[in-house]
Amino acid sequence: MHPIIKLVAQRLALGILLLFAASILIFVGTTMLPGDVAQQILGQSATPQALANLREELGLNDPPVTRYFQWLGGILQGDLGTALTNGRDIAESIGGRLKNTLFLAFWAAVISVPLAIFLGLLAVRYKDRWPDKLISGITLTTISIPEFMIGYILMFVLAIQLPLWIGSWSFLGPDVQGWLLSNFRFSSVALINDSMTLVQKLKSITLPVIVLTLVVLAHMMRMTRAAILNVMQSAYIETAELKGLRMLTVIRKHAFPNAVAPIVNVVMLNMAYLVVGVVVVEVVFAYPGMGQYLVDHVAKRDVPVVQAVGLIFAAVYIGLNLVADIVSIVTNPRLRHPK
Amino acid sequence: MSEPLLKVRGLKIGATIYPPGEKSRHIDIVHGVDFDLEAGKVLGLIGESGAGKSTIGLAAMAYGRGGVELTGGEVWVNGRDVLQSGMPDKRKLRGAEVTYVSQSAAASFNPAKRIMEQVTEAAIGQGKFTKAQAEERARALFDKLGLPDPDNIGERYPHQVSGGQLQRCMTALALCPQPDLVVFDEPTTALDVTTQIDVLVAIKNAIRDTGVAALYITHDLAVVAQVSDHIMVLQQGAMVEYGTTDQIINAPREEYTKALVSVRSIQHEEKTPTANPLLTVKGVTARYKGTSFDVLKDINVDIHAGQTLAVVGESGSGKSTLARVITGLLPPAAGEINFDGRTLTPDLATRPLDDLRELQMIYQMADTAMNPRQTVGTIIGRPLEFYFGLKGAAKQKRIQELLDEIELGEGFQDRYPAELSGGQKQRVCIARALAAKPKLIICDEVTSALDPLVADGILKLLLNLQKVENVAYLFITHDLATVKAIADSIAVMFQGEVVRYGPKSQVLAPPFDDYTDLLLSSVPEMKIGWLEETVANRKMESAGN
Repeated sequence: MHPIIKLVAQRLALGILLLFAASILIFVGTTMLPGDVAQQILGQSATPQALANLREELGLNDPPVTRYFQWLGGILQGDLGTALTNGRDIAESIGGRLKNTLFLAFWAAVISVPLAIFLGLLAVRYKDRWPDKLISGITLTTISIPEFMIGYILMFVLAIQLPLWIGSWSFLGPDVQGWLLSNFRFSSVALINDSMTLVQKLKSITLPVIVLTLVVLAHMMRMTRAAILNVMQSAYIETAELKGLRMLTVIRKHAFPNAVAPIVNVVMLNMAYLVVGVVVVEVVFAYPGMGQYLVDHVAKRDVPVVQAVGLIFAAVYIGLNLVADIVSIVTNPRLRHPK
Repeated sequence: MSEPLLKVRGLKIGATIYPPGEKSRHIDIVHGVDFDLEAGKVLGLIGESGAGKSTIGLAAMAYGRGGVELTGGEVWVNGRDVLQSGMPDKRKLRGAEVTYVSQSAAASFNPAKRIMEQVTEAAIGQGKFTKAQAEERARALFDKLGLPDPDNIGERYPHQVSGGQLQRCMTALALCPQPDLVVFDEPTTALDVTTQIDVLVAIKNAIRDTGVAALYITHDLAVVAQVSDHIMVLQQGAMVEYGTTDQIINAPREEYTKALVSVRSIQHEEKTPTANPLLTVKGVTARYKGTSFDVLKDINVDIHAGQTLAVVGESGSGKSTLARVITGLLPPAAGEINFDGRTLTPDLATRPLDDLRELQMIYQMADTAMNPRQTVGTIIGRPLEFYFGLKGAAKQKRIQELLDEIELGEGFQDRYPAELSGGQKQRVCIARALAAKPKLIICDEVTSALDPLVADGILKLLLNLQKVENVAYLFITHDLATVKAIADSIAVMFQGEVVRYGPKSQVLAPPFDDYTDLLLSSVPEMKIGWLEETVANRKMESAGN
């Protein structure tokens, strides 16, 4: 068998094993959550008998191991269970929310990944000169500000102040002002629903996408820069320079292909963050995604929902890292073309 | 006389260094060098490391490696002073008029791209040939350079061909754009001796057939004698002597050149074996964990007290594995090792302290064998503490004695490895081994990374110490000149087996087996015409092809 197929198969098996381990951790973690669901549902005035009945009904009295395997068995059949608080099917509620979260993450990735790699290449090309320092400075600043803060700053500037500024620029004339106002209107809440067109949706999520991009840009850009600079020390880069190639050609054709593995790694890590770490941004912009859904149900001690969301996040995280692993295996010429 | 192809006048090269905690300062690497090179001729640049050979070679491409700056003088290529030209003109020079062959082709090829793409890149990128023409040229060059399957080898990736083959590919890369000048920077130094000779022949023929001029950089005078028309001897960035190859080899004028020519002239009288060997390797077979391939096959050798067994062979022959087995780093699959009348346990972890003490090692890379954050005193003092429990003044006294023995004297105790030269570092490693009062020291290629003159000093030191301390050496090397200089008995290894073993006088005397013959005949001699003679007389193809 080709060594690559073997390695990839190994990684996949490892990924499944890891997911299984994550499911145990999630289950153990959520059963240890303080608070009582029955109490939460029935309120403070519930009688002890009513509480006991509800616990029995929800299966909260079964031993944890039994509950774990019941839960796992359900998941393997595509059944994520029902929410304790509203009795709805979790898979159904999550479906739409996951779609929204992925929609947001997708557009943030589409903008941030090429931008980060391009800026990384640029920083290498102008290493230690002003473009490098400027890029590093700006990206480090944005990564250092907490993301909810960036969110509120953007809301204040773009959603609240900008229309006022445009309104005060009377020298532009009412036509231009009107055009600007209708086209550069940023919404401070990112509400989307299925009846909206793509353009409407994109307009709605502009601010959260900007926030997410600013948050993940620095990490990816600096890793790209470091990975390529590391490769630039290699003797084959000198060979390429001594062929009389242009610096950008050398970077693009000789350095970048050998830096793909570490770059893909950090890109995947950030993509995972875009899905898993959007909780804060979704709450700030009241975006109907997984993060908000999770936060709502943690507050209500709705354990099955927390477990389901946790498992989906774990799967996304493991899946994307698996992709990074596989890409670095596949891009290794020694593995791709064995002797 | 017409204008020479390459004219170098008053070339000065320097670098700015940034010592930690100090102000940056400028140092000079090359102090004003002049020479001419006619079209189609080969000039050998020779000198030890730090002589500025490579730096001068790269200056012909208006290129400074790392932080190196071309600070003064003129470099005229085809009638243009390339140091004065702008970046676009420099790019047109590199890879078109002047090309470069580096020491390590393995590192100089991009691992992610096929050989053909890399060989033709400059020729196409500089607009000298179309893709089809360049590939046609490359295939012809592969053929001329004696590469197997020249029509398809370009489709492979660098890791799919051997080191010797890749070095030829690098030569093809340099010749493909039809340059006027090729800078060969130690192109055969990293190769095994039997492979070197084939690559040397290939390079020499390619130079002759294409009529290209070459700067041939090496530290090995015997090698450069085979390929160049003229030789320039460099020392610490300045020219020592310039002359025809014949004059430099046969009638050197300067003292330094004479020393280079007569290097490796140590005479060592062979000692007769004692009745009871100090170390006996009996039927040792070894393989690495998880493999079924025997790296060592039924090895039987003896080492006598106060004598030297040289183990010689090419890379991959199992020399270093033998050392690993003896030291217990790799327990053997079969066989046993007797040392000083007792049987050593196979695994290092179960050996008593005295076994560890009496068997010491010195490595090829003194740099990596020492902790860069410890002073020389700490490094040598550690075995004194560990084996003998020496402390305080007694330890200091012993450290100083050891430093005297390795001819380093006072003031070295407080230095860090980074403050020592390559030869001094190796001496400190020798002192560290001696500190344990060993009966046997395993020397693994200890002189391979050193310049010939420095290596000579180390060998002389080792021979002296053997007389004084009566220590035995297991001397692993690929270099036959070293073997001749130091050995009492020799074991020739080939593909995991000892193919010839005995006292030096017997092993080095005919009749030879085919492999020993190939090995001995491949060592370059400082004689013009040696290369052609040797190739014509060979019986066996070298393995590294």
